[in-house]
Amino acid sequence: MNSFITNLGLLINATMIATPPLLYAALGSCFSERSGVVNIGIEGMMTIGAFTGAVVAYYTGNGWFAFFCGGLAGALFGLIHAVACISFQADQTISGTAINFLAPGIAVFMCKALFDNSSDSPAVDTAAKIPKLFSGIFPVGSFWNNALNNYAAAYLVFVVAAIVWFVFFKTRFGMRLRACGEHPRACETLGIDVFKVRYICVILSGFLAGLGGAYVTLATVSQFRPSIIVGQGFIAIAAVIFGKFNPQGATLACLLFGVCTGLKTLASSSNVVSPNLISMIPYVVTILALILFVGHARVPAANGKPFYKAQ
Amino acid sequence: MNKKLAVAFAGAVALSLSVGMTAMADDTIRVGMVTDVGGVNDASFNQSSWEGLQRAMEDLGIEAKYLESSTDADYATNIETFVDEDYDLIICVGFMLADATREAAEENPEQRFAIIDDSSCADLENVTCLMFEQSQASYLVGYVAGLTTESNTVGFALGMATEIMNQFGYGYCAGVLDANPDATILQRNINNFGDAATGKSMTNEMITNGADVVFHAAGGSGLGTIEACKEAGVWAIGVDSDQSVIAPETVLTSAMKRVDNASYDVAKACLEGTLEGGIVTYDLASAGVDIAPTTDNLPEDVLEAVEQVKEQIIAGDVVVPKTKEEFEASYGDVYELD
Repeated sequence: MNSFITNLGLLINATMIATPPLLYAALGSCFSERSGVVNIGIEGMMTIGAFTGAVVAYYTGNGWFAFFCGGLAGALFGLIHAVACISFQADQTISGTAINFLAPGIAVFMCKALFDNSSDSPAVDTAAKIPKLFSGIFPVGSFWNNALNNYAAAYLVFVVAAIVWFVFFKTRFGMRLRACGEHPRACETLGIDVFKVRYICVILSGFLAGLGGAYVTLATVSQFRPSIIVGQGFIAIAAVIFGKFNPQGATLACLLFGVCTGLKTLASSSNVVSPNLISMIPYVVTILALILFVGHARVPAANGKPFYKAQ
Repeated sequence: MNKKLAVAFAGAVALSLSVGMTAMADDTIRVGMVTDVGGVNDASFNQSSWEGLQRAMEDLGIEAKYLESSTDADYATNIETFVDEDYDLIICVGFMLADATREAAEENPEQRFAIIDDSSCADLENVTCLMFEQSQASYLVGYVAGLTTESNTVGFALGMATEIMNQFGYGYCAGVLDANPDATILQRNINNFGDAATGKSMTNEMITNGADVVFHAAGGSGLGTIEACKEAGVWAIGVDSDQSVIAPETVLTSAMKRVDNASYDVAKACLEGTLEGGIVTYDLASAGVDIAPTTDNLPEDVLEAVEQVKEQIIAGDVVVPKTKEEFEASYGDVYELD
């Protein structure tokens, strides 16, 4: 029983480490995809957010401010994507790919320019990171410490998920953004400014992806290095498709990936099972869940198609 | 794109260096260094070997220049560039350059090469292979861990279970057990060099199970290990370079490979005309591996004990195991990750 409780604590702990960056980015991706703009630049937006978060925290010592700035940096790249895809009707996949090259390039270049030609940023003080809730209340290694002593931004992401759900399904703006992803021409006929709605959504997707990146450098670890964001953005996009383009579905999908990290941790503690099999857990679980429970995900009808205003 | 920018940037730096040095005397040598894809600021062996050459430039007045490789395809091209420019010595950093080095060395038998962390080119007369005894460095930090632990439980986080990486494990476990025969060694294979999140949760798991000193040999995943230790207030041990900068209050020491000494020595030997082919192994005796120079967190008595063990290893009284057979002959089947 004791070891069960300990392991449960560890499982929650690992989930709370792995899930938040994915979920921030996935919620961002929901905005963009549902409004009709494919955004595979999430990965690059996370990287620039990770870099900005680490650097701002290093210079200002304010974790929350740095976290917000990470989001703003992501939003800036969201704006670039929006200008290319919405105003200039560029191919959305190509623009997203370009951002995935451009953003990490700028991050590494800036890092070298700022920090004596080093591609790693200096480590941020613990005080300059996002604060932890329940820090120092429970003894290290206890169930409650593992389960509850997490970064505040890890709890915040679930609040954000609830807000995003509310915006999507309970507000007029949410209805409009979903409509723009299905039939923008009809929206235009009804007097909705499709460009404006899509601009807001793509910039928001960059902002949330930037927060996801900043979470990694301000909570998971405490510095930026070029390999800090490797594939999380793409997993977030996969989680959105897996979750049928809904914030609640994406949340469950990201939690599933997080729980799988926890299972990996627990499964490898005995050193009996081959580590190569253990590394397969998240992907095998995803495929099984996809086949058994999820079924067909319906892509928003106008997703990926440039919209031309009526003359 | 980031790599391209990095190369352009490095190219500009290298160009300015070479322009500044064209007026040097004839009796000096020119050394070219080709990095692997990690680039010259990887906080690991590329950076370290360039630091050695920079020291050689100051001390010995040699001329040196580096070229960064952004993909595997650049190795041959970069080596070719130095060959064409008639450099006296070309240092290739990392086993990933082994094939390109062999090809260039066979084509240009008069050209001198040196390669770091690879012994497969040892049959070529014009290649010097620089190898490191990472098991000895790991033994030392294991010894420190064994003396430091209060819970008699220490942790080890591995990046990947390859033959070379397991040498870290054998050395570490041997060091811990020699210092503290009662110690339990928790061992986890992250199976990834770039997954800080998993590194962190696996380290949390070890800490939950009582570990109060954790050594990582896991590259980028190790950042997660150090962070987990920092949050829990237990000791972490770094690898390859002096990782104390990442968390000065948390990093107890680091298992260091002194790649800078190796590149310095090989440049010096080339200047003096004494450079020979074959394998040169850098161990404790030749100051090729060591614990980190930052020792702020180590008490006097631990430092003294480590100095004694160093002498014993150099004298051959303590033999650090490097293979499964050697390890299990002395310590039994303690190491679980191989």
